[in-house]
Amino acid sequence: MTDQTTATVAAPPRDTTTALTRVREIVTSSPIVLLATVLLAIVVLSAIFATWVVPHDPVRLTPSERLKPPSDTYWLGTDAFGRDLFSRIVTGGRISLVVGVGAAIAAVFAGLVLGLLAGYIRWLDAVLMRMVDGLMAIPNVLLAIAIVSLWGASLWTVLVAITIPEVPRVVRLVRSVVLSAREEPYVEAAIAAGSSTWLIMRRHLVPNTVAPLIIQGTYICASAILTEAILSFLGAGINPETPSWGNIMAEGRIYFQINPGIVLWPGLIVSVAILSINLLGDAVRDALDPRMAQRGIDR
Amino acid sequence: MIGYIFQRILAAVPVMGFVALFVFLLLRLTPGDPAAIIAGDTATPAQLEAIRDSLGLNDPMLVQFFTWIGRLLQGDFGTSILSGKPVIELIEARMEPTISLALTTITLSVVIAVPLGVIAAWKHGTLIDRFVMLLSVLGFSIPVFVIGYLMISLFSMELKWFPVQGFRPIGDGVGDFLERIALPTFTLTLLYIALIARITRTSMLEILGDDYIRTARAKGLPESRVLMRHALRNCSVPIITVIGIGFALIISGVVVTESVFNLPGLGRLTVDAVLARDYPVIQAVILLASLIYVVINLLIDIAYVLLDPRIRYS
Repeated sequence: MTDQTTATVAAPPRDTTTALTRVREIVTSSPIVLLATVLLAIVVLSAIFATWVVPHDPVRLTPSERLKPPSDTYWLGTDAFGRDLFSRIVTGGRISLVVGVGAAIAAVFAGLVLGLLAGYIRWLDAVLMRMVDGLMAIPNVLLAIAIVSLWGASLWTVLVAITIPEVPRVVRLVRSVVLSAREEPYVEAAIAAGSSTWLIMRRHLVPNTVAPLIIQGTYICASAILTEAILSFLGAGINPETPSWGNIMAEGRIYFQINPGIVLWPGLIVSVAILSINLLGDAVRDALDPRMAQRGIDR
Repeated sequence: MIGYIFQRILAAVPVMGFVALFVFLLLRLTPGDPAAIIAGDTATPAQLEAIRDSLGLNDPMLVQFFTWIGRLLQGDFGTSILSGKPVIELIEARMEPTISLALTTITLSVVIAVPLGVIAAWKHGTLIDRFVMLLSVLGFSIPVFVIGYLMISLFSMELKWFPVQGFRPIGDGVGDFLERIALPTFTLTLLYIALIARITRTSMLEILGDDYIRTARAKGLPESRVLMRHALRNCSVPIITVIGIGFALIISGVVVTESVFNLPGLGRLTVDAVLARDYPVIQAVILLASLIYVVINLLIDIAYVLLDPRIRYS
């Protein structure tokens, strides 16, 4: 009953700004953020609608057209197999975005569950935190490489390999939010009133984690795209038959002196995408949690 | 003090234990026969049986785990499938370029990043501050290999200031060594500068608002003394913490940078091992990298006490 009252009392100020106006506020908070949003939107939309956007088939081999310089037909030139570079880069965005978004959602969800358990169940905390420390001691590229080399490189294994190293930071974040929230009088009151653990978690603890998790999620998305590019670049990523920004660059490496564009164009696009996501993450952080903005979030 | 150090060392043991367990289970829980994965696609049934025997794959899991740990502690990391040599020999042969690159990167980054962070915080809100913040976002966003290829195309191919690729040990002459390690170092430095400059700026900003800084300024101390002696000294703990945590980034970065610049270090060894699915080598590199990470962070924990007397040994 008490919960209900506080909820209705606390709710109105939030309802005056809808989610949409909130997003608009964040996006237009500075010209740089606006630019980042526009660039990111272009990359995302062209990747989604790649089939209709690209001028050439990104996987068709045309040996007679190999390593052509940029021209009216091939805007950025062709690669060593005569495939259109521009079409491959646009299509390659699909893998990066699927991996970025997929890893962010999976890592946030796994981290939320484990972090709640660690923060709320004392005996489990010690065990889980040692595991988290252990996982954090393994450099994430090495960990991902090891997983891919054992399980083979498919979209699915690459996604899992990139997600696992991201989970520990989320666990730590959620745990610290839970630890400070459970000292709050309203949580103590709920415990005293005999609310079940499940109810306390759902109604009092999880809502506290939403803002930091949205912020962390955007950073994970950026970091996952980066790791995917690194894996593909090292030859431990998705099969080059499916273009991704990383594997286009990997294939272009030996022709770098002939056509540096095969490496530099996808490199530019992947950098712009990651930069835009990071800038958006910073803007969301500034809007949702001014205190965190001052201190600089742990990334 | 001794008790505190001992306690920190004890706390590092379960962390390494978990890393070992994770690496162990990763191979065992992979669908399929671990012996077939270790042996590669061309192995004969007799070879498979030999591997099964040497790994003790027919023993219970727990026995396998402790036998394996026992061997690791004696420095036996197994045999490489690709070359047939003991993994530990391969690692020893590849240490130098990697350690050189890591050390030059850390040194250069700290020398550049700490002053940048201090100046950014001191001139808070000015163009310099914005520049440092932009640099740090860029450092987090541009993949190391993209920076590497930009460096090669600009400094090696256009300006011809540096050789494109390769490595010379420092024993062959400092000049040759520096000429070849310079570009890989610049490449890897940006990420690390971003990390350190950011934390230096943030912690300096916090401290510059404190009362004792105002007191120091009020009593007429020169600004440089206020910044260095009063403010920066009190930021040393967060800065050093980040240098330690960033070590994991350096290790990941080294793997990529070595591939770009063709340095014959541990990173190259790892990448070649991945392409050949040479799991014993990958496993050893992971264990070694994690061990280095844990030891460095242990040393940093101990350094806190020396740097900041306010931290109690408990």
